[in-house]
Amino acid sequence: MVKYGNNPRAIGGLVRDAEVHRDVYVDPEIFDLEMEHLFPNSWIYVGHASQLAKAGDFITANIGRQPVVASRHTDGSIHLFYNRCPHKGVKIASEPCGNTGKFFRCPYHAWSFKTDGSLLAIPLKKGYEGTGFTDSPASDGLSRIRNVVVYRDFIFARLSETGVAFEDYFGESLSTIDNMVDRSPEGKLAVVATPIRYMHTCNWKMLVENQTDTCHPMVAHESSAGTAIKVWQREQGDSKETPMAVQLYGPFMSPYEFYEQSGIRIWPNGHGHTGVANSIHSNYSDIEGYLGQMVAAYGEKRAHEILGEVRHNTVYFPNIMVKGAVQILRNFIPIAVDRTLVESWVYRLVGAPDKLYERALMYNRFINAPTSIVGHDDLEMYERAQEGLKTNGNQWVNLRRLYESGEEPDVTAVINGTSERQMRNQFHAWAKFMTMDMVEPVEAAE
Amino acid sequence: MISEKTITDFVYREADLLDTMQWQPWLDLFHPEGRYWMPLEWQQQDPVLQPSLMYEDLLLMKVRIERLAGERTFSQKPKSRCHHLLQAPQIVACDPATGIFKARTSFIYTETRGDTLERFSGWASHDLVQVGDGLKIKLKRIDLVNFDAPFGNIQLFM
Repeated sequence: MVKYGNNPRAIGGLVRDAEVHRDVYVDPEIFDLEMEHLFPNSWIYVGHASQLAKAGDFITANIGRQPVVASRHTDGSIHLFYNRCPHKGVKIASEPCGNTGKFFRCPYHAWSFKTDGSLLAIPLKKGYEGTGFTDSPASDGLSRIRNVVVYRDFIFARLSETGVAFEDYFGESLSTIDNMVDRSPEGKLAVVATPIRYMHTCNWKMLVENQTDTCHPMVAHESSAGTAIKVWQREQGDSKETPMAVQLYGPFMSPYEFYEQSGIRIWPNGHGHTGVANSIHSNYSDIEGYLGQMVAAYGEKRAHEILGEVRHNTVYFPNIMVKGAVQILRNFIPIAVDRTLVESWVYRLVGAPDKLYERALMYNRFINAPTSIVGHDDLEMYERAQEGLKTNGNQWVNLRRLYESGEEPDVTAVINGTSERQMRNQFHAWAKFMTMDMVEPVEAAE
Repeated sequence: MISEKTITDFVYREADLLDTMQWQPWLDLFHPEGRYWMPLEWQQQDPVLQPSLMYEDLLLMKVRIERLAGERTFSQKPKSRCHHLLQAPQIVACDPATGIFKARTSFIYTETRGDTLERFSGWASHDLVQVGDGLKIKLKRIDLVNFDAPFGNIQLFM
């Protein structure tokens, strides 16, 4: 039974001021509509330009359920197209990344395409003369995605031909990406390794909400971070220096008051971040030589400004989270209504000491790996929610913490760090981008 | 005198301690500087500046083990269990003169929890040193055949 298809009123009814209906997490029809509307209408992260260093380099990705290829053309430009040969639909790239040389060549019938996607050659081309081939979609080569923006080497795309422009969509939220890039003395990041991949049997939005959920760490992670602190206190002996590992785990056990004062900032279109005043990343040891490099590159004042901004988690709606202070991006890739692939990428700060990269890699495997004890704590909660939300007794998820009646949607504001307002902000954006291309959208985009 | 059989027996006993969840005797097999490493790349050389699934010293292994028994460790309600199926270890080095003892063992590892069962295949490499009359682990390295695939939770030790 189709309940929600092209029915913006029904979709809008799932999102109340401070509650959402469980169907947003468990209904397969809602998931299909997210893939058809929400993801195409939003700007989605595809990859990093450092992965496309040389002409002919390519990466593959998914935007929602749509397989895409990004490539570096001979003139240095970056192009994005759907990953299928225009002839019979065969994927032209099968690996996560590689170099295709001067052209892509379909392995089935040897149709070939330039690295900007245009048709280069077809064997026995005479066979198409007078067939009307030039009027068929296949003659255009690989189907291109035209709305692509490379912002400080971060590649984003919007599948929908029309919609909100990149600058309007992200606005001031881009400041977190700016801060992460500025932390390199050369103003440059590089992907030099594969991400950690972790399969989650839950809806992708649970993961996104958890990024600004500051009332769970001291509860759900008592088992991991709490035990790390306990074992260290017992075993430390005369040691004066707290090991990097304990520095990374420890702050997860910070009390409610810490998160309350550290604050949350919300932005229009569902973006927002925790850790405004300070964050769990504030008190890591200095890395020898790094500050000197930063001061040499940016000057005393600017270097301290950059390093003083230690935001915790920044959600870029709909499905990535960026941690500038430890150079990590987590991509929550929807697979099915109850299945999400999480790819956690670490960027190397070009020109910075190795120790910073070592710490970022350590953080990533401590928190974001299938072997991570913090990850085990979280996934257990998501799985239980995915099961629990099947119950019919109460069909609403409560997001009312620090709700104030008459909250304005799509504003920039700094609020108490234990508020659930960023989750409300995300669901407002969710309803908007789900329905904006339906007959009667819930709300016209700003 | 450490013989090839000493090494082989050590590898079997190590797996048995994990399967029977005798955590403290298992930890006691490690040298104080010992490490447990699960690389994330093919024939990976560097555990520090290349990404890994795990690279843990004794402190971190103790945290992991204490956590398993914690009253508020919700991902262990119900508890996980595991099973190691080992091929006969290949002795890579057995040199009492230099103190180098190494084995490589092909395995199938099963981890279960509640109604779910996950199976993994790979190779375990043991770098051992002689301490007193016995051996201690300097490095236990787990290379999964599909290290690059996305897994769900892996909560015990392979």
